[in-house]
Amino acid sequence: MTRAGADPVSCALRDPRAVCGWTLPEWDALIRQARRANLLCRVAVDLNDLGMLQDVPPAPRVHLDAALVVAQAQEEAVRREVSYVRTALCRLGIDIVLLKGAAYLIAGLPAARGRVFTDVDILVPEVAIGEVEGALMLHGWATTHHNPYDQRYYRQWMHELPPLRHIARLTVLDVHHAILPPTARIKIDSAKLLASARPITSEPRLCVLAPVDMVLHSATHLFHNEDLSSGLRDVADLDSLLRHFGSEPGFWQELTGRASELNLARPLYYGLRYATRFLETPVPPETLRAADVGRPARWLRRSMDALFSRALQPDHPDAADRLTPLARRSLYVRAHWLRMPPHLLARHLMVKAFGREEEQSA
Amino acid sequence: MIVADLPPLELARRLAGPGVRLRTGPLVMAIHSRQSEVVRGLELHYAHHAIEADIAFCDFHVSVAPPGNLRKWFRPQVSFALDGNPPFLPLPRNQAFALLEWGMNWCVSNHCHHYLIVHAAVVARSGCAALLPGPSGSGKSTLCAALVNRGWTLLSDELTLIDPTTGNVVGLPRPVSLKNASIEVIRDAFPQAVLGPVVYDTTKGSVAHMTPPAASVRGQHGAVRPRWLVLPRFEAGAAAHLSPLPKARAFMQLADNAFNYSLHGRNGFEALAQAIDACDCHEFTYSALDEAIAVFDELARNA
Repeated sequence: MTRAGADPVSCALRDPRAVCGWTLPEWDALIRQARRANLLCRVAVDLNDLGMLQDVPPAPRVHLDAALVVAQAQEEAVRREVSYVRTALCRLGIDIVLLKGAAYLIAGLPAARGRVFTDVDILVPEVAIGEVEGALMLHGWATTHHNPYDQRYYRQWMHELPPLRHIARLTVLDVHHAILPPTARIKIDSAKLLASARPITSEPRLCVLAPVDMVLHSATHLFHNEDLSSGLRDVADLDSLLRHFGSEPGFWQELTGRASELNLARPLYYGLRYATRFLETPVPPETLRAADVGRPARWLRRSMDALFSRALQPDHPDAADRLTPLARRSLYVRAHWLRMPPHLLARHLMVKAFGREEEQSA
Repeated sequence: MIVADLPPLELARRLAGPGVRLRTGPLVMAIHSRQSEVVRGLELHYAHHAIEADIAFCDFHVSVAPPGNLRKWFRPQVSFALDGNPPFLPLPRNQAFALLEWGMNWCVSNHCHHYLIVHAAVVARSGCAALLPGPSGSGKSTLCAALVNRGWTLLSDELTLIDPTTGNVVGLPRPVSLKNASIEVIRDAFPQAVLGPVVYDTTKGSVAHMTPPAASVRGQHGAVRPRWLVLPRFEAGAAAHLSPLPKARAFMQLADNAFNYSLHGRNGFEALAQAIDACDCHEFTYSALDEAIAVFDELARNA
């Protein structure tokens, strides 16, 4: 197995200046793996910002040019989409907390640079979720997942509505009332997150999570996600956030304290461990020591290292070894295990496997 | 070296082993497959294409191989993959070569956003390009096949690549995909045309590919100035007839048929406008291919 962070994409993210000396076969590997990891736009934006695109050999250069076109278009599309969401919800008089990519973009954080978006995520108070869904429907968003089981699965057990799709623009909006399902092992008090959210000065009614909460959400999302095909992209998010907020006074002390307060010491431990391993994120030694409260037992730590060091690499044959498929499958099962108690999980998997009866009788 | 220079066994050996690095226009595709349909398809339809054995960077690494399921003996299937990842469901094995063609089209239309990519055939004469946009069934591939059998240069039968900085068309000469009735029409009208085996019951009906003329492939035309935009419509029994198409409508035709117009924003608008400005725009109804070719030749003479 290659060492965590030895893949060409991690190398390019850590040190974009170095890639200009790369040989064409190295470029070939970088473009292929970055494309698979959803990080080609990010690599292209890094090189463009450093003014280094003209130093890239012409054959790989065109793919970076293509990625820049996509990055620019996605940024505009998400800004537009966020403004539609705000228009739809402004009358409700509640604050809308943007999450993940849309939050990074609207808050002007470096984590948004060249980030590929698939949808817009928002967090609203659980009591307002019906009103929010109604207002969105009036503005053209419609629910997806039309079978009764899936609808109930989301509404009863998940931390979000079934994804909403806009009927004209076909864009997808995820409306969350929490950052983890209520059935998950870890219980997080969403009210605490909402209470600390920061307004965006230029955008009335729009907020983003407080810096420490944003980092904790990013880590929690990554280490509860069943699909790690964009895992390295999520590590890159975490790395960007930590590098950006790390220079703010008091950030690191607050981070470990808040993790304990929200029951998120374990995801933070993993987040810091793999961000430093893959992308050499600078984390003060005292923070690493403080984060050790979330450290699992040695056997578990070793198993997780074996799994994550494989599954977080680009999902590409050249970045995989014999055990990579097993690692991805194990983490898929683990994510479900963390999100649902065993009896619910068993029932859910039964319905998904034998599907139809439940749907008809419901 | 071109594909035809390789003995058939050597082509099969390379496809099964290290892969074949094939140049099509500005792109190099590294192709890997053990399927005999793919070997025969490449041998027949890419005979004049260059193999870049020593090139160190390939734009796409693709493969056609049986999927990892238990269908090896019972109605065997094949799957297309880019870097080991299949974007589509597997298809019956006899569609292997068509699947490779569709897969390579997908690679271009989903990733080559450094071009504006329009769903249009494009042919050229004396350094001037004619764009033939239109949905499937409008007869653009048939017309395109007819023109390239009568001295026009094939730039592409399906994917028109427009350089957004210049508005020029970049050629991507690959086999022309003929469907249903047009297969017989082209076979009858141009006995010298090289057509591959007909594959029945694909999602697009019956499909056969036509080898592009050697001159179209050898040219590897850099960029060609667009000169005409012609919106073809096959109508049984109709006489060949050109009628003027207002430029605004021509623009919308091109934009509607572009795969990635929305990604290019303002630059995309300006590149298309530049291309349309350089074009005479026509609607074109036709049924007989000879008449249609005569109309295009007349356009070329007056260019």
